[in-house]
Amino acid sequence: MSMTFQGRVHRFGDEINTDVILPGRYLALRKPEELGKHCMEGIDPDFIRRVQPGDILAVGRNFGCGSSREHAVIALKAAGVSAIVAVSAARIFFRNAVNLGLPVILCPEAATALREGEEARVALEDMSVTQGDATWHGLALGDEVRAILAAGGLVPRVRQALAA
Amino acid sequence: MEEDDANRGQPAVTGQTITQKILAAHTADGRAEPGSIVTIRPDVVLLNDVSGPLAFEQFDAMGATRPFDPARIVLVADHFAPAPDVTAAGAIAMTRDFARRHGIEHFYEPGRGGIEHTLLAELGMVGHGTIVFGADSHTCTAGAFNALGIGFGSTDLAGALVMGQLWMRVPDSIRVELVGTPGPYVSGKDIILELIRRIGSDGAADAALEFGGPGVAGLPMDARMAVANMAVEGGADTCVFEGDTLSTADMDLRGVPPAPAVLADADAVYRERIVIDLSALSPMVARPPSPASGVPVGQLRGQRVDQVYVGNCSNGTMTDLRQVAEILRGRQVAPGVRMVVVPATQKIWRQALAEGLLDVMAAAGAAISTPTCGACFGGHMGILAAGETAIATTNRNYRGRMGHPDSQVFLANAWVAAAAAVAGEIVPPDEIAQTAKAAA
Repeated sequence: MSMTFQGRVHRFGDEINTDVILPGRYLALRKPEELGKHCMEGIDPDFIRRVQPGDILAVGRNFGCGSSREHAVIALKAAGVSAIVAVSAARIFFRNAVNLGLPVILCPEAATALREGEEARVALEDMSVTQGDATWHGLALGDEVRAILAAGGLVPRVRQALAA
Repeated sequence: MEEDDANRGQPAVTGQTITQKILAAHTADGRAEPGSIVTIRPDVVLLNDVSGPLAFEQFDAMGATRPFDPARIVLVADHFAPAPDVTAAGAIAMTRDFARRHGIEHFYEPGRGGIEHTLLAELGMVGHGTIVFGADSHTCTAGAFNALGIGFGSTDLAGALVMGQLWMRVPDSIRVELVGTPGPYVSGKDIILELIRRIGSDGAADAALEFGGPGVAGLPMDARMAVANMAVEGGADTCVFEGDTLSTADMDLRGVPPAPAVLADADAVYRERIVIDLSALSPMVARPPSPASGVPVGQLRGQRVDQVYVGNCSNGTMTDLRQVAEILRGRQVAPGVRMVVVPATQKIWRQALAEGLLDVMAAAGAAISTPTCGACFGGHMGILAAGETAIATTNRNYRGRMGHPDSQVFLANAWVAAAAAVAGEIVPPDEIAQTAKAAA
């Protein structure tokens, strides 16, 4: 998978839980195109009309807390979100995102400073986040997380393991 | 292993938490240092009708042909069950088919099962030292039984279904010392709401909450489940209670093969130590939209409610149903208030029937549901309309959690919920208990 991502920034605050990212009434759905239509419906029903492919979320503390529903990550990806820059992220959400190839960069400075609606760039090679003249560096990824992202997610990673 | 060999016949390696010991026993090399990345082989892998179907698709996409061990996989149709629509019926059918295709005997549907975390304990699959990997954030409920329940998403658990193992970071541990004896109408729910109020919704991030101390002995297993269930609402990776004579006897009752209680070493290293004096607690109510916003019930006196919901994986136990019946016996649900009671499992439902509790509730005007996750997650069986307010014994009160984004949910124990049903508003339960009962 590509290790750099570029798009406009959408800002969200602290404690954006998976219930508001993808409300429970849609949990029987599985197809990305169906889930994507409801992305962020619980907190920002207009988001789905503003978001463009490649866009980047800049979010506050404990993003993705609550339910383990992977539907939340599927919905974000299907809506076009390419990367998330967070002050912090909940453990299960972080793993789900990595497993589906959606990078989450933990970088409080960038997550706080990124400006709404302007272009930004995320590069996993050096965990950098760039907007205009400013560049920040997020927390380095662990070896296992990097390997999963490099493989394109956990499915190709396990396929490789089974084939070995 | 060198240290183990060197120490054979002597006291084991010291300085270890319960979490470290249980995790280390499930690694290849017997090591689990906080902060390190380890590969854990769980005893049980648990999925439901919402997380399961996504995992089964990923299982196929991984090119796998059979799961690691069908006997250690438990599949429960509990979220959209009984199926409210065709889509949900399809998801349950996928779950049923996966079980059939791979010879998984532990597949449960309405009439035979219940809510997965409560059911897993009933099945006798959780005891001292067990590790459960569950595709549900409330898998941490297993911590009540001196076990580790760890929540994951569907793709992770697809990997676990294939490989029988997953990587994880060994969490730090936070010791929660429980002291004192709880007063009237104070339950497990109040302990965890107080803890989360203190530490916040991510205060236990990257950590395991370890509950111990003299206050544990007086907590029945149902109360321990209510506490453990909401560890994730404090951001914890997992949680665990000290094992004791009660948890040992409980394993015997549930038919779990005997195993020694796992205790922390006296010199175990903790990231933080927290003391909760149970005798100082009031019944707590968490205000929307965060489980961390608990206040003593008296502060919310007079808050009107449209719906009262008793059930879910934290508080749908016999203990909770007895508390509800204690309040409702000889009283009525207030006009204009709906009350929905959801026993957590079929076994609990039948026990409540046998004890006459369901009749007490029905006579009071409560609707009794078959076991299901139901409205707790905004699925079905009691969804809130715009502008409505509920009080629930569930574990989350996020915006729109039980329905419309402009509905709200207060979280409380079963006594408080039942008292609100009678009063039509939030009220300390002792005030309802003191009122005269209507002639039966």
